[in-house]
Amino acid sequence: MKDKLVTREKLVVIGNGMAGIRCLEDLLSAAPELYDITVFGAEPYGNYNRILLSPVLAGEKTIDEIMLNDLNWYFENNITLNKGRTVVEIRRDRKVVIADDGSETPYDVLLIATGSDPVLLPLPGKDLPGVITFRDIHDVDQMLDAAKSGKKNAVVIGGGLLGLEAANGLMKNGMAVSVIHLMDTLMERQMDETSGAMLKASLLERGMTFHMNGRTKQIIGDKKSGVQRVELEDGSTIDADLVVMAVGIRPSIELAQKAGIHCERGIVVDDTMLTYAPGIYAVGECAQHRGQAYGLVAPLFEQAKVCANHLSRRAFASYKGSMTSTKLKVTGIDLFSAGNFAGGEGTEELLLQDEKAGVYKKLILQDNRITGAVLYGDVIDGAWYYQLMRDGSDISDLRRQLLIGQANLGDAGHGGINVAAMSNSAEICGCNGVCKGDIVHAISDKGLFTLDDVRKHTKASSSCGSCTGLVEQILQTVLGGDYSQAPKEKPLCGCTDHPHDRVRRTILEQELKTIPDVMTFLEWRNKNGCASCRPALNYYLLCAWPGDYIDDGQSRFINERAHGNIQKDGTYSVVPRMWGGLTNPKELRAITDVVDKFNVPEIKVTGGQRIDLFGIAKEDLPAVWRDLGKAGMVSGHAYGKALRTVKTCVGSSWCRFGTQDSTGLGVKLEEMTWGTWTPHKYKMAVSGCPRNCAEATIKDLGVVAVDSGYELHVGGNGGVKVRVTDLLCKVDSEDEVLEYAGAFLQLYREQAHYLERTAPWIERVGLPFVKQRIVDDADGRLKLFERFKYSQKFSQNDPWAERANTTTHSAEYTPIKELV
Amino acid sequence: MSKNSSPETEPNWTKIGRVEDITRLGSRIIKREAGNIALFRTQDDQVYAIADKCPHKGGPLSQGIVHDCFVTCPLHNWVLNLKTGMAAAPDEGHVPTYPVRVDNGVIFLDLAVGKSSTAAIKQCA
Ligand code: SRM
Ligand SMILES: Cc1cc2nc3c(=O)[nH]c(=O)nc-3n(C[C@H](O)[C@H](O)[C@H](O)COP(=O)(O)OP(=O)(O)OC[C@H]3O[C@@H](n4cnc5c(N)ncnc54)[C@H](O)[C@@H]3O)c2cc1C
Ligand code: SF4
Ligand code: FES
Repeated sequence: MKDKLVTREKLVVIGNGMAGIRCLEDLLSAAPELYDITVFGAEPYGNYNRILLSPVLAGEKTIDEIMLNDLNWYFENNITLNKGRTVVEIRRDRKVVIADDGSETPYDVLLIATGSDPVLLPLPGKDLPGVITFRDIHDVDQMLDAAKSGKKNAVVIGGGLLGLEAANGLMKNGMAVSVIHLMDTLMERQMDETSGAMLKASLLERGMTFHMNGRTKQIIGDKKSGVQRVELEDGSTIDADLVVMAVGIRPSIELAQKAGIHCERGIVVDDTMLTYAPGIYAVGECAQHRGQAYGLVAPLFEQAKVCANHLSRRAFASYKGSMTSTKLKVTGIDLFSAGNFAGGEGTEELLLQDEKAGVYKKLILQDNRITGAVLYGDVIDGAWYYQLMRDGSDISDLRRQLLIGQANLGDAGHGGINVAAMSNSAEICGCNGVCKGDIVHAISDKGLFTLDDVRKHTKASSSCGSCTGLVEQILQTVLGGDYSQAPKEKPLCGCTDHPHDRVRRTILEQELKTIPDVMTFLEWRNKNGCASCRPALNYYLLCAWPGDYIDDGQSRFINERAHGNIQKDGTYSVVPRMWGGLTNPKELRAITDVVDKFNVPEIKVTGGQRIDLFGIAKEDLPAVWRDLGKAGMVSGHAYGKALRTVKTCVGSSWCRFGTQDSTGLGVKLEEMTWGTWTPHKYKMAVSGCPRNCAEATIKDLGVVAVDSGYELHVGGNGGVKVRVTDLLCKVDSEDEVLEYAGAFLQLYREQAHYLERTAPWIERVGLPFVKQRIVDDADGRLKLFERFKYSQKFSQNDPWAERANTTTHSAEYTPIKELV
Repeated sequence: MSKNSSPETEPNWTKIGRVEDITRLGSRIIKREAGNIALFRTQDDQVYAIADKCPHKGGPLSQGIVHDCFVTCPLHNWVLNLKTGMAAAPDEGHVPTYPVRVDNGVIFLDLAVGKSSTAAIKQCA
């Protein structure tokens, strides 16, 4: 946390939307300490991805999924967020902004990012209940409510991108949808006549109705029951319970105008995003740069970056305007448009049209360069054309293959576009301006393995999501075999189609805190799941919410529920913990007393350096534990997916070769980690020299002491498939051993699939990944270690003591009735 | 259930205990010379009784994980239907079931073997 006492310049941001907050993100990563930041947002939420409102409306995403920065982000970055607060006045004379609650907030630097307002046609009836626009979460809620409450007919005024996405979403929610469009081509600003007609045909097929060349005259209804009909100029009427106006947007500039800041269509800014007023910047849809106001995020993010550069006082970037491209986010309809697609004087046209296959491609060329593109049905090459267009590449040599496309040339083995053939400078994510090279570097340098990681590090595919497939393919080409497993990931069990990783992620993202919540949210097929998924979910929840989650005993395998190992005859075995393999007369006496008192049929020294008592009746368990507990012994978790043993050798205290106190270190490791629950059992060992008597190199984590310190080995396994450990690193002190061991254990706890031991886990994620997280990233290692220690607060209670001394658990161990 | 047909007055019904004595999705055993019986309580409070002996290798079914109206045997993961006593495919086998009646939260069992075929009286939702 920053120290609030230091006086910093005050930066106030008006508008908690996509451009303003992106600018803050860029600013914070360059100069986190420069300003005291206050954000005003008229909407009552954190920052969300407006673009994805369409998929939310269509039921393909949830509101939670489109949140970009939750309230915690503001808190962590020391940003004061005034959500649900509209700024009503900027007082430049006193350098304050006044909000709708009358409060005044002083600024040194002001950033206006108010976006735009949807245009409301001045029609009679425009204020009737049921007439809305499509701009924010509230609008989507209203549409979903209308559909849910059984309203049948929706009319969308405007057949542009927004209108069609709204229409599609409403249709998906079961409404009959008519679209009124002023022109005779849908999306005429992005589509030519032919592609527009193809688009219309496929929407008609889905059941949408159109009124082309339709001019709305009035909306009919009454204040009480709301809208009823829409009347067109030609006298025809259309029944309507809901009217969505999607006829355009207007930069939101009133605030700036009132403050006397120079505005035209938008707030006029220079190449540094500075307005005509000193100290006041503007970015986003509200800004007008070189005569142009933009309505897509790609240019706005470029503006945000430039503005952040100046806010952070590095001040070398300049914004030169953007070229834009468009896609429609209607699942199943592929459409791409960029640049001047209409052609005209001095241009030529390349055309490919295959009506049966529903494919249309048109490129406009001028002086052997692409200046515009419209693609319908097959948009895979959109990114390539766009790249050629932005670079102004001479396509003379490519001309003959241009329309066939890069995707269909060479190796298209990945079922589509050939990303391998793309150059590193090819743009992959249009929204965020991320090139192939950026992604490739991030994957190899930072050791990324998943789409989510790439999103976090590069922002690629994090906005409209249409390049997700490309990013996945890049992952695949860079990681090879490592990644190809991911799409084939097996479902957790037969009750669901979701693989382990997705379930774990969803638990965190959706803050799911009980097994029934997880099952409901992820639409589990079987009531109560099964004996495979319930223990997995119980573990995932336990690991995700230490201290919060209430362990569900009924979802544990009997060994973990009863805290003993069930034997083939239904009796149990009892293995008390012997720290680092050490014991003493008191413990040994307690053990022999128990053997006598309960007629224990067999005692054995285990392979894990402790003593096992076999053949104990379930009803006797609490009493056995009570007696062992009196001698200071606790559960050895020999039955659990948990920390098992820490084997040690004698080490420097007695052994003539010993270099360090291996026994003592083993005891410390065991004291730190006992009681923890893990994806599978977890074993450690410490050997005092490379002769390795404790067999540390076939343990999940093994320490081999040498003269100069400690080698840490990970991912070993005896058992069914023997695997020798990989050397993780070497450290100098016992404290470091504990820190690295704790961090590694936590990484395994957070990442592995349930019932996956460290050996197969490391083979799956790769040693470089583990090294990166534990060795290279000191900060991350500490955080993992902190999380481990935190979770240990709640797990280091001896389960035997709890059960030996209370009656709460007695039902588990006693019959409900005995009949003779 | 009307008073005059109360299970307590019928010779075949043995009073066992209360439904709350069994955890939801849990089990208790009835200890018997003739082999233990496992009593189960499902999520929606249905109670079932089957022999506590897996048709596979005799595993104590009472120690298994209960899901819907099934239990998974703790020894080798056979899945048994609590209503019918049948093992779920691909395994084949059957475990005796015992009729259960619940009256005002009190569990009664008909221990007479042979009646087990009529045990599937309750629907497992
Ligand atoms: C008691 C013990 C054998 C002994 O008498 O020495 C033992 C006994 C069992 N082992 Fe083990 N293992 C014992 C040390 C080992 C070791 C040696 C070690 O820890 O150094 C190994 C190989 C090292 C390893 O784990 O990598 C070992 C590899 C296994 C495996 C194979 C694991 C694997 O990853 O392939 C299983 C099967 C499993 O876990 O699925 C297993 C499973 C079992 C189970 C739990 C079988 C079961 O599910 O019922 C046995 C329980 C016996 C009981 O009722 O107590 N046991 N088992 C040892 C207890 C150690 C302790 O003090 O806790
Ligand atoms: C349904 C839909 C789909 C879209 N699809 C795409 C797409 O596929 N691709 C694409 O590139 N773009 C798309 N867009 C456009 C994109 O969302 C916008 O270009 C982008 O959100 C604009 O960012 P902004 O920060 O300028 O404005 P906004 O994100 O609108 O943020 C402005 C914020 O400022 C707040 N505000 C305004 N005035 C005040 C005030 N006085 N006080 C306090 N707060 C105030 C507003 O409430 C708003 O939250 C879509 C838009 C919508 C609505
Ligand atoms: S490995 Fe080394 S320290 Fe350990 S017992 Fe053998 S010789 Fe001694
Ligand atoms: S004894 Fe039940 S599955 Fe083997």
